[in-house]
Amino acid sequence: MTSSSLFLLLIIIVAAVFVLGRKRSVDVAQSVGGIRYLHSLPNYYGLLAAAWAAIPGVILLALWSAFQDVIIQNSVFSLLPESYQALSGSRLDLVWAEIYNLQKGIITEASDPAFYPAVEALNNLMTTSTTGRTVLVIALTVLGGVWGWRLIKPEQRARNQFEKVVEALLLASSMIAILTTVGIVFSVVFESIRFFHKVPFTEFVFGIKWSPQIAINAEVAGSSGAFGAIPLFVGTLMIAGIALLVAVPVGLMTAVYLVEYASSRVRSIIKPLLEVLAGIPTVVYGFFAALTMAPKLKGFFEGIGVNGVSSESALAAGLVMGIMIIPFVSSLADDVINAVPRSLRDGSYGLGATKSETVKQVIFPAALPGIVSGVLLAASRAIGETMIVVMAAGLAANLTANPLEAVTTVTVQIATLLVGDQEFDSAKTLAAFALGLMLFFVTLMLNVIALAVVKRFREQYD
Amino acid sequence: MTNQLNAIERLAEVKQERMQKNLKARYAKEKRFQVYGIMSICLGMAFLAMLLGTIFYGGASSFMTSEIKLTINYDPDVIGVTDLTDEDELKWADWRGLLSTSLAERFPEVSGRSAVRQRNALVSSIAEYSLRDRLLANPEKLGTSEEIWIVADDEIDAVMKGQVDRTVPESERRITDLQLSLIDSLEAEGEIRQKFNTTFFTAGDSREPEQAGIRGAMIGSFYTLLVTLLLSFPIGVAAAIYLEEFAPQNRLTEVIEVNINNLAAVPSIVFGLLGLAVFINVFHLPRSAPVVGGLVLTLMTLPTIIISSRSAIKAVPPSIREAALGLGASKMQMVMHHVLPLAMPGMLTGTIIGMAQALGETAPLLMIGMVAFIADIPGGPLDPATVLPVQVYLWSDLPERAFVAKTSGAIMVLLGFLAIMNLLAVYLRKKFEKTW
Repeated sequence: MTSSSLFLLLIIIVAAVFVLGRKRSVDVAQSVGGIRYLHSLPNYYGLLAAAWAAIPGVILLALWSAFQDVIIQNSVFSLLPESYQALSGSRLDLVWAEIYNLQKGIITEASDPAFYPAVEALNNLMTTSTTGRTVLVIALTVLGGVWGWRLIKPEQRARNQFEKVVEALLLASSMIAILTTVGIVFSVVFESIRFFHKVPFTEFVFGIKWSPQIAINAEVAGSSGAFGAIPLFVGTLMIAGIALLVAVPVGLMTAVYLVEYASSRVRSIIKPLLEVLAGIPTVVYGFFAALTMAPKLKGFFEGIGVNGVSSESALAAGLVMGIMIIPFVSSLADDVINAVPRSLRDGSYGLGATKSETVKQVIFPAALPGIVSGVLLAASRAIGETMIVVMAAGLAANLTANPLEAVTTVTVQIATLLVGDQEFDSAKTLAAFALGLMLFFVTLMLNVIALAVVKRFREQYD
Repeated sequence: MTNQLNAIERLAEVKQERMQKNLKARYAKEKRFQVYGIMSICLGMAFLAMLLGTIFYGGASSFMTSEIKLTINYDPDVIGVTDLTDEDELKWADWRGLLSTSLAERFPEVSGRSAVRQRNALVSSIAEYSLRDRLLANPEKLGTSEEIWIVADDEIDAVMKGQVDRTVPESERRITDLQLSLIDSLEAEGEIRQKFNTTFFTAGDSREPEQAGIRGAMIGSFYTLLVTLLLSFPIGVAAAIYLEEFAPQNRLTEVIEVNINNLAAVPSIVFGLLGLAVFINVFHLPRSAPVVGGLVLTLMTLPTIIISSRSAIKAVPPSIREAALGLGASKMQMVMHHVLPLAMPGMLTGTIIGMAQALGETAPLLMIGMVAFIADIPGGPLDPATVLPVQVYLWSDLPERAFVAKTSGAIMVLLGFLAIMNLLAVYLRKKFEKTW
């Protein structure tokens, strides 16, 4: 039985258990003098019995589906000739692909007759596994249902018990956040460790040459590629720096103007427009940067006599990225400026300061922690932004300080290394995970620092 | 004495003067500061106008396409097929021949190999397949002839839209003088027309710009968002309820909260790495499938949904909780029967905004292989598919001029969906906003 029809059957069984459980609670209530002598409402008895049926069955189904492939592969693997068992990585993947295709009947003739016993074993195991899964899952569900059904008594605290189950489910849902973080950490850390076995950590962090393309022939000199990530870090910082140079002053001034000067009518027009700017997908910014901004900048700089402007300059990507984070900076700054107490402003005005003097000498210092944390969050966004740089910045890793040349960034390299077909144990693919680890670590640090700054200085004026 | 007084007065005057001057400078500074503010806002707005302007100006033409009226004679001899049910014969059928003979009849004056090639390039290079499908659907047409409109090549389309400068020397154009003269004669007879580009909305991706459409990407986006919604809404709401109403003040709760806040700021591409390493390499889910995309986007949008749902729950006044508890409801009943329905509009608003983010997201989907060229329209969440923003990314890379317009057109559709979702969120907020 396929997973989806099995799942459907499970739902039907659970629904039936609910109905029967509810009915039984009403029946047992008759013997003690009516429904009002039950501990809980009949629905709760039904729901609790249904939970008894559903939870074990679903857990078994999930576990079985998760592990059946691994277990089957391991037992089929031992049937392969020694020579194949010694294979590694992509070669072995090819063998597996062939065996699976043979089993599904997509291809009929094996390249090596030694595969046939494995294919047959695979076929048998898969049939057994599917049947076993169907029978066991259904049996467990029914057993659970019967157990839950038999437990129903007038004095059973069905509502409290069912509410405990629901609360556990709620807790499980909120644990997903932790699981996600753990998943991210594990997926990048494990692959990164494999990468650092191939390429030393110091070479990765301090090397100045990045060329991950690996020659097809292993004997060719330099076939291992070069994995010095300094050019990527420099490129990332340059583009993010340009973006912040645009976004921080503009975003800050926008927020100041909206909070301190603008009439509420102007605010009500400008704010939604800024939200539109924030809501435009990054791929659209990337398209604009690559097809409109970059040629215009190239034309402009060549017009004033600067030559050698790349059509994939860091400047174009940085400028557009800066515009993209303006709303982010301005809304964060808006919040912190609004949070500065009225009394500080009044005090400053009372001493005869103008509005701009108040802003510069009173509000900015008071809001500084918030602004700093906003800038840090903006920096973390700029570093992690992918689509704009993938589309508008280059692929070649130049170590340069000239913003008119093409540079590449960490995110561009992650994207290009992992798009398309890949073998999963080459240094090239693993490098992407090492870069991902760096990216995750740096953005996490920026966030932690930003939150710490806010927390430390927040209560100063309350 | 008077001298001293005079001196003091003079000093005061000088000071006053200085102060006046100083005041002028300070007011000027004030004005300048204000102008910086206005300039900042204008810069942002100007950029927004420029961005939308470029895209709408460039994309509008992708909603129109050109067609040429041709008399097609389904001659069995030309096609080389006598029996339309015979698979073997169909394999060798010459569908292209239908078009070239029909073009030859329309322009008998064209001769010479190169001229004929230019003439045949008037119609889309894959228009013959729509003829084949048409004939296979109506087998009785074999041997008859009919007048139909055939999709023109994208270069011809560009001429019709006035995007080709005829004064440029022939060698620098992608279209020849002969083709221009043929177009002119067609135009004079009214046998070439521009019409609304339905292909753009009904076809999947294609290498030929005139045959490429966004339907595949739209359906892919739909399945991806469906999976995202089905997972992230219940999980997000459940997590928010737990954290707001049930969570005890302990270490675990603190860790969960810190995690949610940090996840909201993790770069989206890192979620792509997670999807690749966990969903594809460990769980062996199919590559390029909307279901994996939906899983990744779920993890990405969960923080948004949890945070906004929590603030929706917080906004429900405690008096409602106390009233429910006072009437004997259990805590769970109080939450499920009273707090949750009252917080639902706020939660839905947050969810829609999260979905809008997910709809525009590209980077993590590149990691899990949703970036492949897929011409078929996906039939379910397990089929290989791509999504709208990824389609934009794919097309923006192609060299043909027509694809630039297509890209802008796809962006317009994407922005349209985003606008609808955000307006819906604003409407919900306005309609159900309650001040207690």
